[in-house]
Amino acid sequence: MDQVSRKKKSFISNLKDSFIQWIKENIGIIIALIILCLFLSLNPVTKHSFLTLKNVFNVLRQISSNLFLACGMTMVIILGGIDLSVGSVIALSGCIAAGAVSRYGLPLGVAIILGLIVGLVVGMFNGFVISKTTIPAFIVTLATMNIAKGLAYVYTGGSPVRVVTKEWQFLGAGYIGIVPTPVVILIIVLIITSFIMNRTKTGRYIYAVGGNAQAARFSGINVAKVKFFVHAYSGLMAGLAGVVLASRMYSGQPTAGEGAEMDAIAAVVVGGTSMSGGFGKIGGTIIGGLIIGVLNNGLNLLNVNSFWQYVVKGVVILLAVFIDYFKNRKA
Amino acid sequence: MEPKVLLKMKNIHKSFPGVHALKSVDFELRAGEVHAILGENGAGKSTLIKVLGGIYTPDEGEIYIEGKKVEIKDVVTAQKCGIAIIHQELVLVPYMTVGENIFLGREPMKGKFVDRKKLHEEAQKLLDAYGMDIDARTMVGKLTIAKQQMVEIIKAISCQSKILVMDEPTSSISDKEVSFLFNTMRTLTAKGVGIIYISHKMSELDEICDRVTVMRDGSYIATEVVKETTKDRLISMMVGRDLKNYYTRDYANQGEVILKCENISDNHMVKGASFELRKGEILGFAGLVGAGRSELMKCIFGLTKNYTGDIYLDGKKVNIKSPTEAMRHGIALVPEDRKHEGLYLIQSIKFNTTIEVLKEFIKFIHVNKNKEEEITQRYIDMMATKTPSTKQLVGKLSGGNQQKIMIGRWLATSPKILILDEPTRGVDVGAISEIYAIINKLAKEGMSIILISSELPEIINMSDRVYVMRDGKVMGCLGHEEVTQEKIMKLAAR
Repeated sequence: MDQVSRKKKSFISNLKDSFIQWIKENIGIIIALIILCLFLSLNPVTKHSFLTLKNVFNVLRQISSNLFLACGMTMVIILGGIDLSVGSVIALSGCIAAGAVSRYGLPLGVAIILGLIVGLVVGMFNGFVISKTTIPAFIVTLATMNIAKGLAYVYTGGSPVRVVTKEWQFLGAGYIGIVPTPVVILIIVLIITSFIMNRTKTGRYIYAVGGNAQAARFSGINVAKVKFFVHAYSGLMAGLAGVVLASRMYSGQPTAGEGAEMDAIAAVVVGGTSMSGGFGKIGGTIIGGLIIGVLNNGLNLLNVNSFWQYVVKGVVILLAVFIDYFKNRKA
Repeated sequence: MEPKVLLKMKNIHKSFPGVHALKSVDFELRAGEVHAILGENGAGKSTLIKVLGGIYTPDEGEIYIEGKKVEIKDVVTAQKCGIAIIHQELVLVPYMTVGENIFLGREPMKGKFVDRKKLHEEAQKLLDAYGMDIDARTMVGKLTIAKQQMVEIIKAISCQSKILVMDEPTSSISDKEVSFLFNTMRTLTAKGVGIIYISHKMSELDEICDRVTVMRDGSYIATEVVKETTKDRLISMMVGRDLKNYYTRDYANQGEVILKCENISDNHMVKGASFELRKGEILGFAGLVGAGRSELMKCIFGLTKNYTGDIYLDGKKVNIKSPTEAMRHGIALVPEDRKHEGLYLIQSIKFNTTIEVLKEFIKFIHVNKNKEEEITQRYIDMMATKTPSTKQLVGKLSGGNQQKIMIGRWLATSPKILILDEPTRGVDVGAISEIYAIINKLAKEGMSIILISSELPEIINMSDRVYVMRDGKVMGCLGHEEVTQEKIMKLAAR
């Protein structure tokens, strides 16, 4: 009894410690996010629309796809690589899952799994080539980006694959209680990802390989296996994002996910992960994704011209990275 | 006649937030001398050099070049004053030719274009004048490290530099190349160039240096004439106390054979090497750079996949195909290149110490943080590593402490056989002595240790037996009572 309660207490104090550490590590971008939210909730144009439950869930629903990708991307970037194929995988997996339901009448569960497998297979292919050769991840995933995009167009003939089944929308547009389904999935995925990275041997190996691959080899770490796993995971996440997005849009679209890899990279980098590898946290990526999501939402609520939205987004990414740069330089 | 003084630094002070890096340092360099600066890591050698090179400006103090007071505000001023620094890490452009590198930024012009023909001719003239077997038209990236160093020296000379600073130039080149480097240095000093020489290798002092200045904790300690001082005296000045027992060694009674290797080849550097390792002994491996010592160990540790030959552990034949299998058999290899093969510099001491024993405290997704902390602390204590906490980033530690972290990490795997490849390279004298004491203690407790080193005194004083390698083969074995530098060199040299 005593031991159980002590265990419970240490669990809570552990949680508290990691929370405090998370705040400390990300203080710059957390302040940036708070300023952004304060501005939107006080601004006369947006103060009635921004801080409503509906809008908050809406923002979370929108950023879920980006954060799925960013979970995989954080690992890939910590490994010292990059995954450009994820945007195209969204299109391919979404189209194939939608096609499975509308063209072949397969059950929903099978369609979802099929979509996930498509992502996983592309990721495994990336991982296989990258771990067996010295070809940079940038080149390999640039190639698979084009292949996946092309296959999505070939499969659909260029037009969206509509799904009329009502249940189809549950994953992307539905609710569990009052919480949108994608937000629930997102929370689960974030927990799994953060567990892998912070609490498993594989997680440590990812940091080791990204920090110094040669040293990792000397430490007896199976570098190829780690690289393969990370890219497969990134592919799986892209498959998940594709299925959820296709569900939200009632259709698989070959144009879906265009440029999504860049938003994911932005979330990771704004979140403080080093592009040179070996350093970064999923906790930072979450804030990075939130900043980009809230910004998109705010700009829409403010009725900012969509051409200008790109400019503003670019400036904000630069600012966030600058804050990080100066913080690190001082340390 | 008193020789001409090229450079005089007087009362130099430099502080960084929290550190008084240089405290009233004096330094003098005469024309035609090689002047060594000795000191442990953190003694202020590199700060002094950076002040001279215009990278830092001193807070206080004066610098005189050939009797004229100068203020070195930046790198360009330093170059104008005739100061050239050859850094440990070479800064040549690998995809340009030797000639282009030598004249980078001041290319001979023909109208608006670079006169490449003239550039290469001039460069070749310079290279030939110093007897260097280098073609001015080859890509720098294709040259060996030693030859790249020569190119840097020629580049410095072509800028009319009178003061040459060399920061550990022999740390990554072979003995033969070292003697060529020393010859070049003698040619330069004969022409009146003054050379400031920074090195951790005490053995080089006698061979090349005229005077030596010792620094400790940012302070100037003394300047001595090399011929009139002793190694022990210099070491005690560096460390600030007497190092009576620099080498700690209790020679072992020969135990049973624990590891036996027969006819190991890797089809490249190792050509049929055989040896035996006994329980509780320190087995030295001597030889020139490129003799295949490190490569032989890589075969035994499973890092080389396609080797041939037989390995017996405790009399049983084993087939080691990966480092993981080698570790399972109780073998540990501390690699020679800390930065590239060993450490995760942007990670903490904790991460670095435990990366090979994660299974001891991570069960699926449960991390036993107390155990992790305990393991880390155990090896910090055992190695006497100086650090404020287990969270300290390894990249911020001194070379000696980094080496201790590496050895600690491998000890954490509880090996029976510990292979140490150049364990004291780039490590300061105080830490070297501590590492020797630890190695001795481990051997005494029954661990078998293979010590690869290019420092002959280290091999001779620490080993129970010494194997000498040449061209991938084991040439002979010397017991500790018979081993001398001469005997080793006779076996090692072609």
